[in-house]
Amino acid sequence: MSTHVVTPLEDTVPVRSFEDFLEAHLGQEMLRFTTAGSVDDGKSTLIGRLLHDTKSVYEDQLAAVMKSRVNRASGGHVDFSLLTDGLKAEREQGITIDVAYRYFSTARRKFIIADTPGHEQYTRNMATGASTADVAIILIDAKAFAKAGGLLPQSRRHTYIASLLGIPHVVAAVNKMDLVEYSQESFDAIRHDFEALCAQLGLADVEMIPVSALEGDNVVTPSAAMPWYHGPTLLKYLETVPLVRAETTGPMRFPVQLVLRPDANFRGFAGQVARGTLRAGDAVMALPSRKETTVRRIVTYDGDHAAASYPQSITVELEDEIDLSRGEMLVAAEAAGEMLPDVSNSFRAMVVWMNEDPLVIGRTYIAKHTTRTVRATVRAIRYRVDVNSLEELASDSIAMNEIAEVEFETNLPLFFDSYRACRWTGSLILIDALSNATVGAAMIVAPVTESAETSGADRSRPSLVLLRGRQGLALLVRDALVARGERAVMIDDSLIPDSAVAAVVRALDLAGVIAISSRDLRHSEVVEIGGFASGAVRVEDGSDEMAILNSFAVSL
Amino acid sequence: MALLASVESETYEVHPVRLNHLQALEAESISILREAVAEFARPVMLYSIGKDSSVMLRLAQKAFYPGKIPFPLLHVDTSYKFPEMIRFRDEYTREIGADLIVHRNETAIAAGANPYTLGTQNCCGLLKTRSLLDALEEGGFDAAFGGARRDEEKSRAKERVYSFRDSAGQWDPKNQRPELWSLYNSRLRKGESIRVFPLSNWTELDIWLYLYAEKIPIVPLYFAKERQITIRGGALTLVHEGMKLFPGEKVEQIKVRMRSLGCAPCTGAMRSDADTLPKIIEELITFRRSERENRAIDHDEEGSMEVKKREGYF
Repeated sequence: MSTHVVTPLEDTVPVRSFEDFLEAHLGQEMLRFTTAGSVDDGKSTLIGRLLHDTKSVYEDQLAAVMKSRVNRASGGHVDFSLLTDGLKAEREQGITIDVAYRYFSTARRKFIIADTPGHEQYTRNMATGASTADVAIILIDAKAFAKAGGLLPQSRRHTYIASLLGIPHVVAAVNKMDLVEYSQESFDAIRHDFEALCAQLGLADVEMIPVSALEGDNVVTPSAAMPWYHGPTLLKYLETVPLVRAETTGPMRFPVQLVLRPDANFRGFAGQVARGTLRAGDAVMALPSRKETTVRRIVTYDGDHAAASYPQSITVELEDEIDLSRGEMLVAAEAAGEMLPDVSNSFRAMVVWMNEDPLVIGRTYIAKHTTRTVRATVRAIRYRVDVNSLEELASDSIAMNEIAEVEFETNLPLFFDSYRACRWTGSLILIDALSNATVGAAMIVAPVTESAETSGADRSRPSLVLLRGRQGLALLVRDALVARGERAVMIDDSLIPDSAVAAVVRALDLAGVIAISSRDLRHSEVVEIGGFASGAVRVEDGSDEMAILNSFAVSL
Repeated sequence: MALLASVESETYEVHPVRLNHLQALEAESISILREAVAEFARPVMLYSIGKDSSVMLRLAQKAFYPGKIPFPLLHVDTSYKFPEMIRFRDEYTREIGADLIVHRNETAIAAGANPYTLGTQNCCGLLKTRSLLDALEEGGFDAAFGGARRDEEKSRAKERVYSFRDSAGQWDPKNQRPELWSLYNSRLRKGESIRVFPLSNWTELDIWLYLYAEKIPIVPLYFAKERQITIRGGALTLVHEGMKLFPGEKVEQIKVRMRSLGCAPCTGAMRSDADTLPKIIEELITFRRSERENRAIDHDEEGSMEVKKREGYF
């Protein structure tokens, strides 16, 4: 399904010649939106209608739908949902099982639709589609509302997820108006409930449009059946809603993806501007080193740029040779009066859990944040959200499709903003270290100011644990650390001489691995290691083995 | 983008640079290419010689500029490609200094694999899918860039940017990794791999507009010209050297162009007068038929692309 330029609006840009058209097209902006609705709200039909009425559906694809073996619609309507339900299994079961992306354009904008299923078990898909969206369309079934006497739990959940994922604009498409006699009263009852919900969630930019996807009312063409409605059609709304992204302004953030060194004379830092604008000559600070320097050039294949903004992909050359590599970040310098990101080993975040194995306290996951990959251990679950009532409940684990506020501690510091302030530097994904599955999505709220100790055990992450001459105990300590989700290795290897221990501990520390040794290291060596270690160097010279071991154990 | 530079230079002083949709797509694609190069041990780019590959190749040049493209290109040659494609491939990759690997399933080719006796499913299975999986394994590649777009076909609409494949190279559409923001999960176990699709969000029109804006060279078969044609299975089939005509088939001279480039026997031409990029774009927006229509492989049975993808096809 692809792009077609149509002019459904009378007040559209006049195209006098093909050159005008090209010019207009090259200058078009892009808008991403997501759709959410419960099963049978008619979401696929709405998207099918949008694509069909903007003439984005090619005739041969339409013909294939007409002759397809399964056709759910009756009464002579084309079943538009068949245009969007791509997988065989879906067509057979009549449900949408995964996020699908669709594209169309009008004379005004190019649109990317993340079409997400409304089935209860697929909340994770809605979060996925919502993560990049500028607009969320929440489908509400007018008939089902009337029958239930209020919003369905799914509608509340979808609206909550839209607010949680920070989608700037929300529009409710009140569908199946044809089944409630296009009545203004029905629409107003839904408006009353939906506006109350949005107010509770703090959603500011909310629009509501009565539509019939099946009949085409107010989707692309204004409805003759609802003269009481004076607002825009859904398409007109999508074409005209102002594209305001928080990331275009605010202090600059540039996570380094790759260091480009094609020859000895060039060292460039490649990446995508995550927020704000970067200019040649700007004072910048590298994190975590906090070294300041100046932008010498912004290099691209198309020539040097004087400035680059979110979300441009560029290469930055700096005035000074400073220590900076992938996973680190350039930010607007403090001297320029700009807010620095938080630099911390702990944070709390709203987590959408996406895996059958629940999130549990004490488990360590791989976390990918900007271009930085670290290990993040769950220290506490502050509360779980009941997405239907929006109540906060106590919980010690999070199951698939549940949402909770969680405290994490990482082995290396992250440089972050709150998700509300900046999506790209406030978001991270959680990956299971064994299965490699993406198990969760997290949106940072704030750094943890005071970590609430949940047990007597020492939960801090050491860089080196030294147990002089006690190899058996060293092995037990290693096992205890591994059991609590850390990565820990013994470095008592004949190939590592004492003189190399500091270097080995340093390398392991950078990789987030705890070194354990029963060597008889000199005091000066221990002090040297302590100088660069990100965590404590623990020297256990006491004799009470149980006490030492207990201090590493996790109490669940 | 030369054509678009003016937009930027006029506005950056006062406002942040505002990107048009092609610039936004370009920025996203470059970021995907860089991310994969940073995270995978041995990436490779599937180069099909078509228009999408041409765009992907230019994006790779941009992503690593002023350095060279840091991975090889892989062309899976079925032996049924148009001679113009092979010529273009060799000249263009030499010109930009790219490292090219050509892989053919010589066993199947020697055994005479062809779509007429095997059917397109089996023929593609041997000459494309099998050959591709063999090439990836031989090269030890853990990531392969492909130029597939989500707007091409229904099963592609659900494809991730990072599409996980098990150790047999197969796709499991019901068990895909969730993909949020622009954070991609590159973690693999031994033998597993990821297909990376930097052009996921591009449409056919975007590709043509970008080729035009960037002045990117493409295979001349895309432009309309009087060519020797025979009608086979309802499709306008280009008559090429060594091709056997079936009884009753006759050769005509027709002005045609190719809308997409696949194997000669399975890719139909379309009647057209569009011999420049603007004319092709103009034709595209007035001619409302999807580009894969002339590709026999997608229409064998309902869901046939999905079946191929599950087996390891791009």
